[in-house]
Amino acid sequence: MKKISLIFIILIIITFHSNISFADKKKNIDHITKNLRCLICQGQSVYDSQSDFALSMKKLIRIKIKEGNTEDEIYNFLKEKYGEWIVYEPEVNKNTIFLWGLPLILFIFGGLLIIRKVSIK
Amino acid sequence: MKNNKIFYFVVILIVAIFFVLLLGLKEEKNYPPQSDLKKINNSISLKELYSGKNIFLNDIFLTNELNLINIWASWCLPCKAEHPYLINLNEKFDINLIGINYKDNLDNSKKFLSDLGNPYDEVLVDSDGTKSIELGAIGVPETYLINNENTIIKKFIGPLDQDDYENIINLIKK
Repeated sequence: MKKISLIFIILIIITFHSNISFADKKKNIDHITKNLRCLICQGQSVYDSQSDFALSMKKLIRIKIKEGNTEDEIYNFLKEKYGEWIVYEPEVNKNTIFLWGLPLILFIFGGLLIIRKVSIK
Repeated sequence: MKNNKIFYFVVILIVAIFFVLLLGLKEEKNYPPQSDLKKINNSISLKELYSGKNIFLNDIFLTNELNLINIWASWCLPCKAEHPYLINLNEKFDINLIGINYKDNLDNSKKFLSDLGNPYDEVLVDSDGTKSIELGAIGVPETYLINNENTIIKKFIGPLDQDDYENIINLIKK
């Protein structure tokens, strides 16, 4: 009886663990594909698109994750093939520094204006 | 006076942003293919269409000075349009032509080649499209001229036309 209970518990743990790791992988694939631009229907992400390109891309990302590639490695691999344009979130470099910095500058500028207005009153 | 300065500054800023966005609208938004002089992953292996044998691209590239990879499918109409150019290239020039059959029904692809002629020295199969993505393709048809050092000399996105055909011939003759 004890043996059966032990086997039963082990089975539950294995099922639970495999379910969690499957959910994690799925979440990871979704996260990556949401940050990739579908190059066929360019208004959509790979996650949203049902084009042949996007379907193959999703499959390739699944394979790459299974092979143990990290998110950054997958992005780098795709950027090497298709250029920086394939990712929605561009890297911070000299070409994109203004793009990344402008919202922060506006935020600080707006904040200072508000503080000044309040302190004058 | 100070309020006026801020007002003018804000107006100028808004006008400047408006013009920047207006110029942005005129810019080409389509994907600009990353084309020339890129190394391709030569460790990719694909199955041969007729024998089902696994073939590494590296083995093919090493033995030939120039290779022309053409990604095609029997369901792709533009592939039919470019087919005569591929037949001509194979007949008239010493170039290794490799066809990669993209997401296709194998019977249909064999019929396509028996009906229109087979210009390829090797016909490989990419049944799920993942190998084509590893090569940097976005769809069919696409054609890459590659040397024996795995470097893409030229990438042709879309069906080959007369200009592309002449371009390939010039590159072969170089």
